[in-house]
Amino acid sequence: MKKLRLAAVGTVAAIALAGCSSAPDDSADGSPAATGSSDFLACMVSDAGGIDDRSFNANAYKGVQDAAAEFGIQEKFLESKSQTDYAPNINSLVNDDCGIIITVGFLMEDATKAGAKANPEERFAIVDAASDPDLDNMKGLLFNSAQSSFLAGYLAAGMSESGKVATFGGLAIPSVTSFMDGYWEGVQYYNQENGTNVEVLGWDQNKPAAGSFAGGFEDQAKGQQLAKNFIQQGADIIFPVAGPVGLGAAKEAQTTGKAAVIWVDSDGYESAPQYKDVFLTSVLKKIDVAVKDTIGTAVNDEFTSEEYIGTLENDGTGLAPFHDFEDQVPAELKAQLDEIKQGIIDGSIEVTSPNQPQPSS
Amino acid sequence: MSDTKTKPAEKSSPSRLRTALSGTAGITFLSIVMALVIGAFFIAFSDPAVQEASGYLFARPLDTFSAAWTAVVEAYKALLTGMLFDPAKLSSEGLVGALRPLSETITMATPLILGGLAVALAFRAGLFNIGAEGQIILGSIFAAYIGFAFDLPWFIHLPFAVLGAFVGGAIWGGIAGFLKAKTGAHEVITTIMLNWIAIYLVAWLLTKPAFLREGRLDPISPPVNSGAEYPTIVDQWRVHAGIIVAVLCAAGVAWLLDRSTLGFQFRAVGANPSAARTAGMNVGRMYILVMLIAGGLAGLAGSAQVLGTEKSLTGGISAGIGFDAITVALLGRANPWGVVAAGLLFGGLRAGGLNMQTATGTPIDIVLVIQALIVLFIAAPPLVRSVFRLPETGGAGFMQTAKGWNA
Repeated sequence: MKKLRLAAVGTVAAIALAGCSSAPDDSADGSPAATGSSDFLACMVSDAGGIDDRSFNANAYKGVQDAAAEFGIQEKFLESKSQTDYAPNINSLVNDDCGIIITVGFLMEDATKAGAKANPEERFAIVDAASDPDLDNMKGLLFNSAQSSFLAGYLAAGMSESGKVATFGGLAIPSVTSFMDGYWEGVQYYNQENGTNVEVLGWDQNKPAAGSFAGGFEDQAKGQQLAKNFIQQGADIIFPVAGPVGLGAAKEAQTTGKAAVIWVDSDGYESAPQYKDVFLTSVLKKIDVAVKDTIGTAVNDEFTSEEYIGTLENDGTGLAPFHDFEDQVPAELKAQLDEIKQGIIDGSIEVTSPNQPQPSS
Repeated sequence: MSDTKTKPAEKSSPSRLRTALSGTAGITFLSIVMALVIGAFFIAFSDPAVQEASGYLFARPLDTFSAAWTAVVEAYKALLTGMLFDPAKLSSEGLVGALRPLSETITMATPLILGGLAVALAFRAGLFNIGAEGQIILGSIFAAYIGFAFDLPWFIHLPFAVLGAFVGGAIWGGIAGFLKAKTGAHEVITTIMLNWIAIYLVAWLLTKPAFLREGRLDPISPPVNSGAEYPTIVDQWRVHAGIIVAVLCAAGVAWLLDRSTLGFQFRAVGANPSAARTAGMNVGRMYILVMLIAGGLAGLAGSAQVLGTEKSLTGGISAGIGFDAITVALLGRANPWGVVAAGLLFGGLRAGGLNMQTATGTPIDIVLVIQALIVLFIAAPPLVRSVFRLPETGGAGFMQTAKGWNA
């Protein structure tokens, strides 16, 4: 009982401290600031990671929020706890008169398609899945991250002093391995152009079974362990394609001071600033921009089911600024990267990854 | 709290209601009530309107309390309409629309009931089956493969796929039973490890051409053929014939435990393996058999996932049902019909929780908190009794059937 009373006193004290501000004027009561002017409702269903995963759900939700701010519309999201929640969540959003429903991840493809088929009047967009030629109300949002990872690989090979660079993934799924393929190809291209022999640890596009994977997207200790092994083997640049697991690699790089890290999806310099001094650059997958633009088309009644593929050309994917490494990257290398980027865009340099998204006809 | 016992009023014989409430069913009911009450505080604290109003608690305290009251009432109202009946849909969509929440509850409950039975049956034989998750995955793999690789008329295909799911789960459960019987390896350890093996097995299979959807590299299998799907009962609902399988299984487990020789042996081994052995029972054989059947039941939960709602195999097919099944079995007191009731409650909380999120923006995690609290209170009857000042009764309950470390 004594402890209970103590706890009660503590709680009351906390409330007392927090509750001292003055009450708002009744006259000031209006609609909350978050709501926009239009009653268009943009909705999103997250997958099991939730919108605070600092990775692709968070990135997609940022797109929804940006759209709400820019177009003055309402937004709403539903979180799925497991994949059994996808279909009910999509159904309840359909009942909510959403102007557009964004779903995130290829796992939601079947549920999204079923929802689109059953509700031809509703508009859907899905991240990391293709459009369906039979459905004119579902837009696929894909990203060719192999292209931008190609640049990252070239950069890594050019920056490496030890002649060894490394990468690892979360799981061996195309949305991960396309990054690793591009990185590997970029290093090979550097060797070919410069007559060097930079080695890639952890991935070989031609031997996918031998790749290094953390087995998931959560366990940071695994990322740290993988990074430690790579550093011991002599790698001085690491490219983790595993969401939050990569933070473990960044930590290892920071504590040992022996490696730089290339971040994925968002600009690590901003999304994980505690490790900003080890981030050479980031391979951006601009889900937020694609989601925002798609919502924009729905708001303006210009929505089509035409597939979106983020590429270097349309700036849907690319490299982030070098930030702290700006002075260390030689001007010559920067110029070469620009040339390669142009080469990939005009097709003179071919990215051959089998895991990059193919436009569905 | 202990001072309450010395009060004269409590000493005299308690009323009939109080005696009833301190029994097993009463404690279960009160645990649910307490969990909902504590859940209400979480709802109130997580509500943005309450947070805003508490900022000026002393200037206008009533704002905070009325905001909290509104948040809690609205959230639980949404939970209930999401579980049972949505009167708002009655005019526009008729009874089919209004009863959709109940159909969702049953849909969500189906795999939970089957998984719960798997855990409960093993409990009764003194085994703590943590492996329902892995057994569900194996059942899903078998059901999915039979579902998409063959093209048969439905009256052969569906039973074949369901049987396959049972066999898949039974193999996985049987391994743990075999290891327990032959080597004494503790089933808690082996089933947990088998869960991981199953998780990586399905991830590996989904990189193989035999399991991949045509033209896709994402880890997702082809959809099962319509002949292997559980038929739906009403077109607009997701509820499928898997619930019939689940209820039949509950009846089967009830018959097995209460009426059959085998079930008697299971219970005897569960109560005291040494005594059972002295009485001439083959304890090792019982361990293998009970884990085979339990694994098969969990495998059927996998069939409800693959052939009922999801319709293709993915890495997350088990959706944590194997772990929720443990709580369902605990809440159902390892009694088959108790498991059905508990499965329906948890299915309802899952369905209602989604609706609560849609309608009021209450985080879906609150439902997980409520589920966890229910189990916490059920596991601690003295706590519930002391809170409600209930008399002690016997019946420590089934918890004794789950054996300790060296059993």
